[in-house]
Amino acid sequence: MNHPQEATEFLKDAANAKWHDDTLWFVRDKRDKVSKSVPEWEKLRNLASDIKDNVLANLETYLVEFEKNAKANNIHVHWAKDAAEHNQIVLGILNEHRCKAIVKSKSILTEECHLNPFLEKNGVEVVDTDLGERIVQFLNQPPSHIVLPAIHLKKMAISDIFHEKLQTEKGNDDPYYLTQAARKHLREKFLAAKVAITGVNFGVAETGEFVVCTNEGNADMGVHLADVHIACMGIEKIIPKREHLGVFLRLLARSATGQSITNYNSHFRSPSPGKEIHIVLVDNGRTEQLAREKFRNSLKCIRCGACMNTCPIYRRSGGFSYGSTVPGPIGSILSPGIDLQKHSSLPFASTLCGSCSDVCPVKINIHEQLYEWRQEITKAQGTNAKSISMSIANGIFAVPFAYKLSASMMRGALKILPESITYSGLNTWGKQRDLPELPKETFKDWYKKNRK
Amino acid sequence: MNSREHILSKIKAIPRDEKPLPKIPDFSFEGDLAEKFTQSIQFNKGEIVGAGDLAGIIAQNKFKKILSLVSSFEALANTELPADSHQLKDLDLAIIEGQFGVAENAAIWLTDENMGLRALPFITEHLVIVLKKNSLVTNMHEAYKKISLAHSGFGLFIAGPSKTADIEQSLVIGAHGAKSLRVVLM
Amino acid sequence: MPQVNKIGLFIPCYVDQFYPNVAIATLELLEKLGCEVVYPSGQTCCGQPMANAGYERDTVGTAKHFLKTFKDFDYIVAPSGSCVLHVKEHSPSVPGLESEQQVTQHKIYELTEFITDVLKIDSIQGSYPHKVGYHASCHGQRGLRLASASELHETPFNKARQLLQQLEGLEWVELTRKDECCGFGGTFAVTEEALSIQMGKDRLEDHISHDVEILTGGDMSCIMHLQGIASRNKQNIQFKHIAEILNEAIS
Repeated sequence: MNHPQEATEFLKDAANAKWHDDTLWFVRDKRDKVSKSVPEWEKLRNLASDIKDNVLANLETYLVEFEKNAKANNIHVHWAKDAAEHNQIVLGILNEHRCKAIVKSKSILTEECHLNPFLEKNGVEVVDTDLGERIVQFLNQPPSHIVLPAIHLKKMAISDIFHEKLQTEKGNDDPYYLTQAARKHLREKFLAAKVAITGVNFGVAETGEFVVCTNEGNADMGVHLADVHIACMGIEKIIPKREHLGVFLRLLARSATGQSITNYNSHFRSPSPGKEIHIVLVDNGRTEQLAREKFRNSLKCIRCGACMNTCPIYRRSGGFSYGSTVPGPIGSILSPGIDLQKHSSLPFASTLCGSCSDVCPVKINIHEQLYEWRQEITKAQGTNAKSISMSIANGIFAVPFAYKLSASMMRGALKILPESITYSGLNTWGKQRDLPELPKETFKDWYKKNRK
Repeated sequence: MNSREHILSKIKAIPRDEKPLPKIPDFSFEGDLAEKFTQSIQFNKGEIVGAGDLAGIIAQNKFKKILSLVSSFEALANTELPADSHQLKDLDLAIIEGQFGVAENAAIWLTDENMGLRALPFITEHLVIVLKKNSLVTNMHEAYKKISLAHSGFGLFIAGPSKTADIEQSLVIGAHGAKSLRVVLM
Repeated sequence: MPQVNKIGLFIPCYVDQFYPNVAIATLELLEKLGCEVVYPSGQTCCGQPMANAGYERDTVGTAKHFLKTFKDFDYIVAPSGSCVLHVKEHSPSVPGLESEQQVTQHKIYELTEFITDVLKIDSIQGSYPHKVGYHASCHGQRGLRLASASELHETPFNKARQLLQQLEGLEWVELTRKDECCGFGGTFAVTEEALSIQMGKDRLEDHISHDVEILTGGDMSCIMHLQGIASRNKQNIQFKHIAEILNEAIS
């Protein structure tokens, strides 16, 4: 994946790109307004950050405590070291119950593990029940945003696919009409499913319960009608105590969509009589990230998506331009840890403007980690990439005037920089931008004449 | 080594500094909680109705199948809680009792005992929650203090009707769960 | 005004080369405010372009040179939030000069914060009868906290605005997105050219649609980028560094 190429492609449809930018800015703006209605907002962010620091410092202890309490509540606890094992565990449970069709609410983790294609290959029908996820599933696309999966689509595109899949009226793109069609369609799926899968927003060590938040109610519709509930949870989703939910639930929805809370916040502690709850605790690279001290606190993420909504890059390039399960700023610091080569352009898909770090409800220093990943990536790429990348870097400042000034002046100004400067940056700078007018003399020359 | 041991030992091997758990300060606020709760639920697209309004609402909306788990509203009901949740699929209205409400965001706490069947508040087309005015707390911190470690197999903070904005960020009420939430503040 | 001792003027390399008037305005402004200012002529680029491109480790020499150049000054002042932030936060540790480095990182200031925080000047007397739009550079805004960020729940403040708003006749224009990035971003301007241009166009549109006459800011790098786009598209808007406005207004 190459972010600049993808972004260039996205921007070709200027009207769509502007709409995408405006729509996500609208969400960011709602978040700003609602966060400012909470006097202790910044204190909450500090608390959330401190709690998560404590979690990461004691992760093994909390996981064991969580497991013990969950088991005592009749929840089956499974451990998966990677995506493949996670998928096998889920399939195993389905096989045990002779289940060939499941409903699944939003779970970034199952996207990360590519659970859907795996189950489908094994003859299981998977129905994503979040409306946005169902839409992208119909289109064979991944979600383009972790909270707003279909934010890249205009309503007429949704109308078209619903017409094809759900026989809605051709050309009717009324959101209410389309939503009601999905409601009817998914109701049948909910009523028929024997197993429902959900993600997990928070696992509470103290009680062994876990919390799932939705606005649509789709997670609950699935699990309460099914016999078996499988909850897939990244190991970093653990929090120490129930009282900490107070902090996180106050931050999550406000950061995500500008609501004061999601409309459904379900606390699963033990199964209904005659039913089963399974929880799969998944590592899949998290322990590696935990070991990277500079990038450790990326694991504090509560997946609110606020950094995507605020990111001037994400808004103008779309989620798919990142080519990773989690797009946007947080994805750009998580993904290189999974595959450095594949995701090497992502930490550079940023101006380091810092807005992501300021909206983050758990205060992850995202832009600083982007900077740090750049240092790691250039190290890993070795000397060959160096001259190219550096010449581009130097080119921003050095090349434009090198173009017009003599080489001796250039060297005079930048004698510290190596001379591997090439002129490749110049054409790019000047494609859609003029170079500054060249002054008669530099400040240095002026100063010599006018002072002392 | 199984995966559990594998993961736990990998974590243990990572040197990390001790980070203390912070204490959560008291963020409660002064003010009329019922008024704040009302604002909050309206913001969430729910509404406050009077106890006496329910009969009219039922008639006006032509609700046919009605279930009440609140004894004082049993007169409005015409069906009982079934054995199986799937039988609730054509339920028009459920009337249940909430344990307490949170003023800052209109979240209402329910547990198994309030729902009978866990699917009830979701599968019903419309939902009424009866809530005592003096049960209101200011914020989520107070809410969790109140719940403390009380055990319920399932607990739910419900704050509004089912909604989605997945199509072009247009807000649509009534995605998969109840299409409306009316709260009777007693 | 407290007695301010020797100030070393740090002029970013591209300002020296392209925008000598900004450097002159900075120097004259500080002198008018009673400061003794010296421009050490041996100074070079601070190393930011390389560090942001992922080669911080190769800028030890640059950082060392910077420390030596400015070691005898009580303060270092630069008309650039971005370069100051780099020296403060992203200069690699220079072996043997760690304590000097720490001192330097504490004595370096961006121009407007130096005026408001060190010189303790709340307002500047002068006249500037123009409609001015302020471009908050991200490194100044969220890096040095020269103004409150729209993302944070904090009491609004803006050091540049504090200085500009007192000028007679100056009309401060409220923008729709008051602190969104312009898309310059150093290497980003070239490596992500399409995005950089789009972001720049969007920023310009915000100013132009609010009838801004002069777009100003504390970082010429952002302004160079915005000016380059405006000039290419023949957009009618002027560009000035805040030092130029303040210096002009005072005289």
